[in-house]
Amino acid sequence: MKFTVSWLKRHLDTQADGQSLCDTLTSIGLEVESFEDKAALYAPFKVAYVESAVQHPDADKLRVCMVKTEKGTLQVVCGAPNARTGMKGIFAPEGTYIPGLDVTLKKTKIRGVESNGMLVSEREMCLSDEHQGIIEVDAQYEIGTPMAEVFGLKDQLIEIGLTPNRVDCSGVRGVARDLAAAGAGTLKPLEAAPVKGTFDSPIKVRIEDSQGCPLFLGRLIKNVKNGPSPQWLQDLLKSVGLRPISALVDITNLMTLEYARPLHVFDADKLSGDIVVRATKAGETFDALNDKSYTVTEGLVGITDSSGLIGLGGIVGGVTTGCGEDTVNVFVEAAYFNPMRIARAGRAMQVESDARYRFERGIDPEFTATGMEIATRLILDLCGTDKTEVSHVVTAGAVTEWTRTISHDPALVKKLGGVDVPADKQVQILEALGFEVKKDGAGFSVQPPSWRGDIEGKPDLVEEIVRIYGFEHIEPVSVRSAGAVTAPAETVTLNRVRRARAAMTVRGLEECVTWSFMPKDRAKAFGSNDNPALALANPISSELDQMRPSILPNLIEAAGRNADRGFGDIGLCEVGPAFRTQKTGGQDMVAAGVRTGAKGAKHWASPEESRAVDVYDAKADALAVLAACGGPADSARVTREAPPYYHPGRSGALTLGKNALAYFGEIHPAVLDEMGVKGPVVGFEVFVEKIPAPRKKDGTAKPLLKLSPFQPLSRDFAFLVDAKVEADTLVRAALSADKALIADARVFDVYTGKGVEPGKKSVALAVIIQPVEKTLNDQEIETLSQKIIDAVAEKAGGVLRG
Amino acid sequence: MSSEIKSLKSEITSQIEAANDLKALDDVRVDALGKKGRITALMKTLGNMDPEERKTKGQELNALKDEIAALIERQESALKRQEMDGRLASETLDVTLAPRPAAMGHIHPISQTVEELTAIFADMGFTVAEGPDIEDDYHNFTALNFPPGHPAREMQDTFFLPDDPEEKGEYAKKLLRTHTSSVQIRHMQANKPPHKIICFGRTYRSDYDMTHTPMFHQMEGLLIDKDIHMGHLKGCLMDFVRAFFEIDTLPVRLRPSFFPFVEPGAEMDIACSRKGGGLRLGGNPDGSVDGWMEILGCGMVHPNVLKNCGIDPDEYQGFAFGMGIERMAMLKYGIPDLRTFYESDVRWLRHYGFDPQDRPNNATGVQKDA
Repeated sequence: MKFTVSWLKRHLDTQADGQSLCDTLTSIGLEVESFEDKAALYAPFKVAYVESAVQHPDADKLRVCMVKTEKGTLQVVCGAPNARTGMKGIFAPEGTYIPGLDVTLKKTKIRGVESNGMLVSEREMCLSDEHQGIIEVDAQYEIGTPMAEVFGLKDQLIEIGLTPNRVDCSGVRGVARDLAAAGAGTLKPLEAAPVKGTFDSPIKVRIEDSQGCPLFLGRLIKNVKNGPSPQWLQDLLKSVGLRPISALVDITNLMTLEYARPLHVFDADKLSGDIVVRATKAGETFDALNDKSYTVTEGLVGITDSSGLIGLGGIVGGVTTGCGEDTVNVFVEAAYFNPMRIARAGRAMQVESDARYRFERGIDPEFTATGMEIATRLILDLCGTDKTEVSHVVTAGAVTEWTRTISHDPALVKKLGGVDVPADKQVQILEALGFEVKKDGAGFSVQPPSWRGDIEGKPDLVEEIVRIYGFEHIEPVSVRSAGAVTAPAETVTLNRVRRARAAMTVRGLEECVTWSFMPKDRAKAFGSNDNPALALANPISSELDQMRPSILPNLIEAAGRNADRGFGDIGLCEVGPAFRTQKTGGQDMVAAGVRTGAKGAKHWASPEESRAVDVYDAKADALAVLAACGGPADSARVTREAPPYYHPGRSGALTLGKNALAYFGEIHPAVLDEMGVKGPVVGFEVFVEKIPAPRKKDGTAKPLLKLSPFQPLSRDFAFLVDAKVEADTLVRAALSADKALIADARVFDVYTGKGVEPGKKSVALAVIIQPVEKTLNDQEIETLSQKIIDAVAEKAGGVLRG
Repeated sequence: MSSEIKSLKSEITSQIEAANDLKALDDVRVDALGKKGRITALMKTLGNMDPEERKTKGQELNALKDEIAALIERQESALKRQEMDGRLASETLDVTLAPRPAAMGHIHPISQTVEELTAIFADMGFTVAEGPDIEDDYHNFTALNFPPGHPAREMQDTFFLPDDPEEKGEYAKKLLRTHTSSVQIRHMQANKPPHKIICFGRTYRSDYDMTHTPMFHQMEGLLIDKDIHMGHLKGCLMDFVRAFFEIDTLPVRLRPSFFPFVEPGAEMDIACSRKGGGLRLGGNPDGSVDGWMEILGCGMVHPNVLKNCGIDPDEYQGFAFGMGIERMAMLKYGIPDLRTFYESDVRWLRHYGFDPQDRPNNATGVQKDA
């Protein structure tokens, strides 16, 4: 909502300057989004006289001018073709900010000739796009006359951001009323004396859709003379960026902007028969005044005559019955439309208009007749002739019931608003805003004005009082807890999320945040069960049209983009939702990561560190996240049951019972090809919420530490096994040999090649023996070793290598 | 001391001093103190002496033995040290070479900001609540006092999903939550007042330009009790913004605004200055303020919302607030472009990300150097 300070002053008697009006507006909830003080902006620019303009010695297109300013004569180099001796222009001295160029002028030399300021063009002044030459001003203006005076640019333009509840302030008078209530001036009385009609309008109005249009007032005004509006009206409209059209149309725009009361004017001679307001039928068409043609859907509020649809009520009028320069007889419409119906129609037809904006938010129903009278008066004043005649008002329907009474307890202002406002001050504020306040027992009975449809209950009254009284009077009170907090602030899941994030980033992965949606086809490749329930009905693009079934594709794609920029050896991770179903509970919290290229940069100390990433990197990441989340990283079973977007032979799952807690592995090369990402890429996904909660225990104490007095010892074994036997089988076999004494078993070497027959491999195990009751002697160690060899032979088919 | 012992001592001493490696020194030791060594041989002669002579000679020989042993030990240390020095001299490495790399990742600014916000509000006694990203029309709009068809719904461009055939009416209409306020509804419906919660998460609106992304993050708070008023709202948020931006005297301004789920509604601004180009948060040393910047929306929870959650608005009242997490991060850490948050460019992540070993907490202050 834009208006100028001078427009505001048509309704507000005030001594306040523009800036202080802005401060008040913001403080009462009419937030000022911009304040353009043209007088201040253009203050440095003044009329100057070009005493001489001669050819620049070194440039064909430049002239060296001696410019007489109020502060003496200065040399200025100018490139404009119209710069000439004897002209008057607008001069900007050095140090001036030029709005159209967004630069501040400095003293400079142009091709060796000193230039002290510039003669400006209209474009440089943001007045127009004109840049053919510099501004020329009439000789009558004295040197030093401010440019703002020459061009009438004294006004201050204010733009406020209106919240949807304040449609009453979509008219300047409403803004003035709020300012007056806040003490920024006095609201001028409204001039709306009725114009007496002298005949009955031959054009009648019938409402068939009274739900969509409860009230329709019409009036025929005969023998008017349409044409350009007077200058004051044109200037008013232009000051807020509206193009003047003709007096009749400009009057309707004025009514909209000044009183939030959109009207429509029909050329009465173009109407066929009476006006009927009815619900539209699907397929009806009309050409609208916004230069578009519409084929309407069913059930909009249609304005029709016997020719058919001639306008969409409350949204846009039609061309066939519109007023033009030649209009002689005008039929004025002032109607009240149902806000919901207008909102629906506006959305259905996708029309944005000043009328729709106001009607769908609910204009003042009581102002319908007043608006008609003000408009009639304006038409008589601006278009009236000796022969002009005004009809009686044609009324169809009735004003909808809008009155309501709210009981107000003055103590509620303190209880809810937290600020003491004396009861008499409360009444004064409400009355200044147009509320009717009556004493009612200990409190008040309050009736909101017709233009404040947003006021529904007691808290609304508190808001009105406190916002006008001033939010700055509310004393802040801290809400820090008096007692200690015994429960953790974080939920179990969010606690794990935080720990997973720390574990991944500490391991060198960079945390990303990627979209929750992705292309449908890609989702399909990543385990989506092709669920149409997770497809967006109105995606922003086809690249973002399906809820993601996995985080991995986003990370792989990001890794690909980074590789394209020259960062190919990286790790990325994310913790966030992946979606299975659209139901509540159908999303999983997943910690996922990918690594690409080489693991670590090439390094002088260890060529090993520049090896390509492999499945074990991903497995290590998955286990680290699992451990960080309090999961069973030591006891989870490793299976081969990873989803098909992983490499079939180089991937696995970490499972507990039937639940897969995590997947890890190389990403399937076919998937990478499809995505255009160079491999190898390894990745993992940990399902944070599937990790079982740790067993509840009493208190926070850890189990008591029991230290063995006996030193652990380590024995190494190398077994020859079938190449297909998995390491885990050997490890479990070794561990099973003596559960009391064997603390751990680790594979420290896997070898195939020379010395090992094809189809076999050599696996070396380090077994850690922890004596329990006494130190073991050689014989006992020998016995235990044999048990291990036997167990491995039995359970894994391993033969001790000689 | 007999001249014999004296000359022996001087002879062995010079042999020790002449020994220039451990092998030579050991030869000297064996020659002097070994089983067949010269001092040992002399010791053996003591048995044949008369007691008087044996006593004198024995003392002299023992003293000689100890002295020689000590000399050998000293020489041995010296030689070992010499040998070590020689070895170390040959072991010199180029210490200007880079150490083995230990890659460390970074925490995304959104996560960092969430953790900071959690720390600050946890300190005020708020706990965290969670809710789903895919919501229904009821929890996202109706329960929050957006009646169907209300123009306020048009303030937000909603992403819709196909209807859930197993639900009816507003519950069947599935959408991506446009704000985290739906979490407040779910929390209030599932728990009894008083309520003192924060929630945060992904939110979605169909908008994509310089200053909007189709997905972004919000953080909201809710405090419902019997006597919570706008003073508490102002106090809580004032404490919060000062802690978050770590400016004790940060001027704040509460001004009226409108959101369907609160009444009265407000927005909070913090003082800032754009003088000289960049953006600086805070007021001037003299207490004056150059300008204001909006950072969050808030208000007293609308009675209709409380009723929708089964709370009697005549008994309970309180406030709610909400803010954009990206915006808070951008302001605090000087990140210029919203869209870069989602580009996963490692150069950006490394520059604007945070050290995973130094997480926000109230003991160290929540602000971290990026």
